Amino acid sequence: MTTASGTFAPRPGAAPLPRMIRAQAALETRMLLRNGEQLLLTVIIPTLLLVLFSAVRIIDTGAGRSVDFLTPGVLGLAVMSTAFTGQAIATGFERRYGVLKRLAASPLPRWGLMTAKTCAVLVTEVLQVVLLTVVALALGWSPQGAASLSGVASVVLLLLLGTAAFSGLGLLMAGTLKAEATLAAANLVFLLLLVGGGVIAPLAKFPAAAQQVLQFLPISALSDGLREVLQHGAGVPWADLGILAAWAVLGLGAAAKFFRWE
Amino acid sequence: MPSTSPGDAPRSPGREPAVEVVGLVKRYGSKTAVDGLDLTVARGTVTAVLGPNGAGKTTTVETCEGYRRPDAGQVRVLGLDPVADAAALRPRIGVLLQSGGVYPGARAEEMLRHTATLHSHPLDVVTLMERLGLGSCGRTPYRRLSGGQQQRLALAMAVVGRPELVFLDEPTAGLDPQARRATWDLVRELRADGVSVVLTTHFMDEAEQLADDVAIIDGGKVVAQGSPEELCKGGAENSLRFTGRPGLDVASLLKALPADSAAAELTAGIYRVQGRIDPQLLATVTSWCAQNGVMPDAIAVERHTLEDVFLELTGKELRA
Repeated sequence: MTTASGTFAPRPGAAPLPRMIRAQAALETRMLLRNGEQLLLTVIIPTLLLVLFSAVRIIDTGAGRSVDFLTPGVLGLAVMSTAFTGQAIATGFERRYGVLKRLAASPLPRWGLMTAKTCAVLVTEVLQVVLLTVVALALGWSPQGAASLSGVASVVLLLLLGTAAFSGLGLLMAGTLKAEATLAAANLVFLLLLVGGGVIAPLAKFPAAAQQVLQFLPISALSDGLREVLQHGAGVPWADLGILAAWAVLGLGAAAKFFRWE
Repeated sequence: MPSTSPGDAPRSPGREPAVEVVGLVKRYGSKTAVDGLDLTVARGTVTAVLGPNGAGKTTTVETCEGYRRPDAGQVRVLGLDPVADAAALRPRIGVLLQSGGVYPGARAEEMLRHTATLHSHPLDVVTLMERLGLGSCGRTPYRRLSGGQQQRLALAMAVVGRPELVFLDEPTAGLDPQARRATWDLVRELRADGVSVVLTTHFMDEAEQLADDVAIIDGGKVVAQGSPEELCKGGAENSLRFTGRPGLDVASLLKALPADSAAAELTAGIYRVQGRIDPQLLATVTSWCAQNGVMPDAIAVERHTLEDVFLELTGKELRA
C-alpha cells in the first residue's frame, strides 16, 4: 500500500562470489569484535597475562627474562582463543539460533561461509598479534629470529597451522555438541591448555611422564615452536610444525565429517 | 535483462509449477513425519499449508527448501531438484524459517543489508524496513528486538533478494494484529507482483484471507486441497441459529422442515437448524415461529467455515 506496484517483481540472482565472501567475512569479523565475552577471551586475558606475569615473577620461567619466555606463549594463546574457543562458542550459538541454517538457504555456498569465517579469524588474529607485540615490546621484549626470513616464515607458518588445527577442533565441538555444552567445554579446554600447554609455565615444571603427553598438545607445539624461534633464535621447528599439521588434518577432517548444520 | 553474474540460475521456461511434490515420504528414525504427500503449487499463487502441530508442514516445506532429502517421492521446485540443484535454486527462492536465522548481535538494518548484498538485484533496504514498520529499529541488535520485530526482519530477509518463490513458515506466529495485517498486505503485494508464495499457518483466517489454494495436511498427508470457497462448499452442511422463548416444541419444527434437516435447542432459548439452508427453509422456520407466537431474535445463517472443514477432516482443533 505504501510501495509502488511492481516493487517485488521477481529479479532473482546471486551476487558475484567474491562480493558475497567479502561481505560475509566483514560481518563475521564485526560479530567477533562486537562481542564483549569474546573480547575478554581474545584480547583482555592474553594481554593481562602478558603484563602481569612479565612484571611480577610469579612463575619461574627459567633462565632469561620473563617477557621473552611469555610473549611467544601468549601469542600461541591468542591464536587458540580466537580460532578455537571463540570460534567454537560463536559457531555453536549460530547453529543453535538457526543462523547457519538460514545462511544455507542463501546464495552463499557452504564453503564460502567457511572461507569467510576463516578470514574473520585471521583478521582478528592479526589485530591480536599487533596489540600483543606492541605491549610486549613496551615491556622490553627482544625477539630473536625476527630479522631473518626463515624466522619470520617459521612464525607465520606456526600461526597458520595453529589456526588450522584449532579451527578444526573448535568447529568439531561446535558442530556436534549443544551450544551450552560447547560454551562450557570450550572454556574448560581453554583453561586446561593455558595451564598445561606451556603458555605461562614451562612444560619442564611437569613430571617427566606428563611432559611426554603434554608436548603433543597443539598449544604446546605452537608455544614451543614460537619460543624456539623467537626466544632461542632456532631454525624452522619442524617437529612442532609436524604436530600442528597432524592436529589440523585430524581436526578439520573430523569436523568435515561430523559437523551438523542444525 | 538476462543477468550473467555467477550463481544466476539458468532461466527455465517458467511454466512448470512453482512446487511439485509427488508421493513425498520423510521419516525421522521410526517416526514417519510425511507419508506419501502430494502437493502442487501453481505459479503466481498463494498457497496455504494448514495443519495441526506435527502434521508434517515444516518437514514438507523444508524438503522443498533443500534442507532434507526425501526418503521416497519426488520434489521439484521451480523445476529443479532442491538438493541436487541447490546452487541454482537458492538465489531464486526466499526463505522464512519458523524461528531464528539472525546473529544475535547483528543490528536489524545491518543484517538485512548483508542479506541484500548476497543477491544481484536486491530491493532497497531502507524502503523495505519502513514498509515493514522496522524503520525505527535499524540500529537495534536482533536480540533486543521484540518477537514481532524479529519475525518481520526475517520476513524482510526472505523477500529482499527479489525471489520468484517465497516459503514462509508461520509468518505471523506471535505477531500483534496490526503487524499481522501488515504481513498480510505484503503477501498480497508479493502475489500481485507475480511472486509465488507458500506459507504454513495455524490460523484459519489467515488461510481464508490470503490463499488462492489451501492444502490441509494431517498425519503427513494432504487430506484436502482447493480454494477456501471450494473447501467450504463440500462436506458438512450449513446451519441457522435463532433465539426465542425457551422450551419450544422442536419436534413440531422438525416435522415442518425437509427430511434431511436437524433441529435442536442448544441451550435454553437458543435453537439451531442444520440442513440445506435456503430461502424456503428460512420461510418455513419463520412461519413456524409465527404459529407458535415466537419472535425469533438474532436469526443468523452460519456459513460453513474452513475451521469446520478442518475439524471434520482431522478431528482436531487447530490450536489445541
